[in-house]
Amino acid sequence: MSGLLQSGKSGSEVFVPEIPARIRAFGRAAIFLAVAVAGTASATRAAGQTSTPAPSGSELAASAKARSDSLRRPYTAADVNFMSGMIGHHAQAIVMARWAPTHGASSSVRILCERIINAQTDEIAIMQQWLRDRRQPVPDATPGMKMTMGGMEHVMLMPGMLSELQMKQLDEARGPAFDRLLLTFMIQHHQGAVTMVKELLGSYGAGQDQTVFKFASDVNVDQATEIARMRKMLAALVTSPE
Amino acid sequence: MPSVRQVLAVTLWSTAAGALATSILAGQAPSPDPRIGLRPGKADAGEAIWNLRVVSKTPTPEMFDGAMNSDLAFTGHYVIQGSFAGYQVWDISDLKLPKLKTAYVCPESQSDVSTYKNLLFVSGEDLGARLDCGIEGVKDTVSKERLRGLRIFDITDIEHPKNVGNVQTCRGSHTHTVLVDPKDRENVYVYISGSSPPRSPNELSGCIRAPNDPNSALFRIEVIKVPLAHPEQAAIVSSPRIFNDLTAPARHGDAPEDIAAAKQALEVAHARGAFTATFSGRERPLSDEFIQPLLDSVVKARGGTGAATAADSAALRGSLQAIINQMFGIEPGETTESHGPTQCHDITVYPAIGLAGGACEGYGFLIDISDPAHPVRIGAVADSNFSYWHSATFNNDGSKILFSDEWGGGGAPKCRATDKKEWGADALFTIADRKMTFQGYYKLPVAQTIQENCVAHNGSLIPIPGRDIMAQAWYQGGISVFDWTDAAHAKEIAFFDRGPMDSTRMLLGGPWSVYWYNGVLVSSEILRGLDILELTPSAAISQNEIDAAKTVRFEYLNTQGQPKLVWPPSFALARAYLDQLERSNGLAAARIGASRQTLTSAERAAGTARRNALTKLAGELDADARGAGDAAKVKTLAAAIRELAGR
Repeated sequence: MSGLLQSGKSGSEVFVPEIPARIRAFGRAAIFLAVAVAGTASATRAAGQTSTPAPSGSELAASAKARSDSLRRPYTAADVNFMSGMIGHHAQAIVMARWAPTHGASSSVRILCERIINAQTDEIAIMQQWLRDRRQPVPDATPGMKMTMGGMEHVMLMPGMLSELQMKQLDEARGPAFDRLLLTFMIQHHQGAVTMVKELLGSYGAGQDQTVFKFASDVNVDQATEIARMRKMLAALVTSPE
Repeated sequence: MPSVRQVLAVTLWSTAAGALATSILAGQAPSPDPRIGLRPGKADAGEAIWNLRVVSKTPTPEMFDGAMNSDLAFTGHYVIQGSFAGYQVWDISDLKLPKLKTAYVCPESQSDVSTYKNLLFVSGEDLGARLDCGIEGVKDTVSKERLRGLRIFDITDIEHPKNVGNVQTCRGSHTHTVLVDPKDRENVYVYISGSSPPRSPNELSGCIRAPNDPNSALFRIEVIKVPLAHPEQAAIVSSPRIFNDLTAPARHGDAPEDIAAAKQALEVAHARGAFTATFSGRERPLSDEFIQPLLDSVVKARGGTGAATAADSAALRGSLQAIINQMFGIEPGETTESHGPTQCHDITVYPAIGLAGGACEGYGFLIDISDPAHPVRIGAVADSNFSYWHSATFNNDGSKILFSDEWGGGGAPKCRATDKKEWGADALFTIADRKMTFQGYYKLPVAQTIQENCVAHNGSLIPIPGRDIMAQAWYQGGISVFDWTDAAHAKEIAFFDRGPMDSTRMLLGGPWSVYWYNGVLVSSEILRGLDILELTPSAAISQNEIDAAKTVRFEYLNTQGQPKLVWPPSFALARAYLDQLERSNGLAAARIGASRQTLTSAERAAGTARRNALTKLAGELDADARGAGDAAKVKTLAAAIRELAGR
């Protein structure tokens, strides 16, 4: 799979089901504790140790302890900024894509837009869940990132996002002109997402959380693949028939 | 000569568990579909099953519980199950009670596993995976402690695997494929597909990240050669650039790459003074519909009206390439954006036919692997309904290929009633003269809830002779078994599904992969552990067909190193073909009945009597073939019986 991984739920529950995100924190801790408590005295580290588990009481206790430790996950501010920022980034793509049916888009652009809406709506839910699980502020799915400075609310744009003027241009376009502008702007928009991934993975300590790593890798490959597809569509739009 | 009554009795007896009886017992898919509305839960989820039987369900061992299980590899009576925490080795000598032999701690994404003889290969790609299998991660952006690439273990002592080598790659290894070259007994080759961004050259020298550099770490796969006697000497021997010059349109069909025709069109365009610009890999004439508004805006910019002058045209020509570059998002210094994909997600090699199928971002590739270190792309298909080409499976005779689309990356619920049937599905192609032709789609034919991540994922052929039958994992969509003998009309014939893991939210779970291995289906359940299932006879698959499938045995299996299925001669094989002829009316009913009777008596006989009876039957069937509805299958049957006679 190239999949987005799911993080566990937080809150009052001790048991946190199935989370790749916590392999680093809980998973690794659980493994370490299980082996250590099981009496592998020489196991100063768990890595590469093997065991044939017949869970003893102490192992289960260790595991439960590890689970309660699971909320301590090694994510960084860069991870949080990426997951928050990408929500507003995706939200703008959805606004753009939703114009397709009312702006006379061709059927191929409409299909592309349907896919973008479907994919990015699901991804926003995943990012919001990740943030919620870590008790981080969860941004609404609205374009950009709202920031209050000096009592004034500003909307910060992430890389590749369309300016107000560009959005107006797109909204005013119809038919083939809309197709062309949408593809042009969506390529710019997707390239911005790829830039955000690059910035994230170049930050110290970032992407250790496997959910974030996989999500970022997926955004990278999915959007790069879509850029290639959109470039082909755009090429067909501007080329005279051969 | 036996009486009619005797013939009838024998016929019924010999097929008691076969096609005749079961066609009465089981017909169409159950309706309403029992997969709808299943109770959520981890171990206690509701289940729906059709034409399959659960042999065992073994939960993930406590120490790995919570980490995701990933792909499977097989050797002897062992199953190796990857996990984001390492890998597990199960002894499945007793299918009802798999026993954990090893849980090897080595956290990484996604621990794709393969085996060959005494070696085990494991993929790693994430930023926190450590060379020493440590659990603490790697925080530095540049570190010598990081492992992104391929780990090699010696599993001679399977309870104590020994890490005997590691090969670092620029993009890590998301998946890998072991290629056993029939001509090379000393080495195996491993194709590495890395889908995450390349690492810094300061961490691994030569990892160039710039896409426009001719030595870029993008746009290539890595081929690792593993000397079997010295796995520690495994190293990259080539980095084939199988993605070059891909300019196919986003539609079905072969990418023609017809440069000559395009060149001629360009010459014509030049002759008539058309505007041109370079994009998608070459100079192209631009349409009047695109140029006219631009000319109008040049006129307007100088405050003029009416038609554009020669000076206006010249002004536009001067800035046209810049306009195009901006539209296409072409970076400064990037002279062209001809490149399509930069990587494959997965490659399935089929050494017996010298071909591989590559699932590579927006394309499905057909690759010539006759020279293992230098694979060559020989065909490419694209599909506007496909999001992300994920994996490939050939049918056994190599006349078809199936590609899956992992739309949403596996972590999204893409089987909702509102999701299109063509999206997140399998696309089925026929292969003739090494060209792929689209035939149809197959998608899990039942809607899943929003709490269930679901999309096409890993599967394998089931060795039903003479048919293309496949089992496939659909994450929380469960396991679907389908018949794609007719690639334009693939049809589900069995399934197993559980309710969602959680009723309130979507957790990433469900079967990651399901593969047929030595008579059973083995499924890696991401959160619930290891499932083993077997086929039960139905109208779609007879007991004889299942028995014939069970005669195909492997010493080891890596599904992405697709083995040729070969059926040893058996009575089950002959009866399986007869059941198929009955199902398709491919041979007169009386001849089918008589042949079954002969097989029954021949099986009771021995030595010369058996041989003579079978040889005679084979000869009769050869004669029957001429007037039969399915002559080819009757001949196949005759050949199988002749082979059985000679055994």
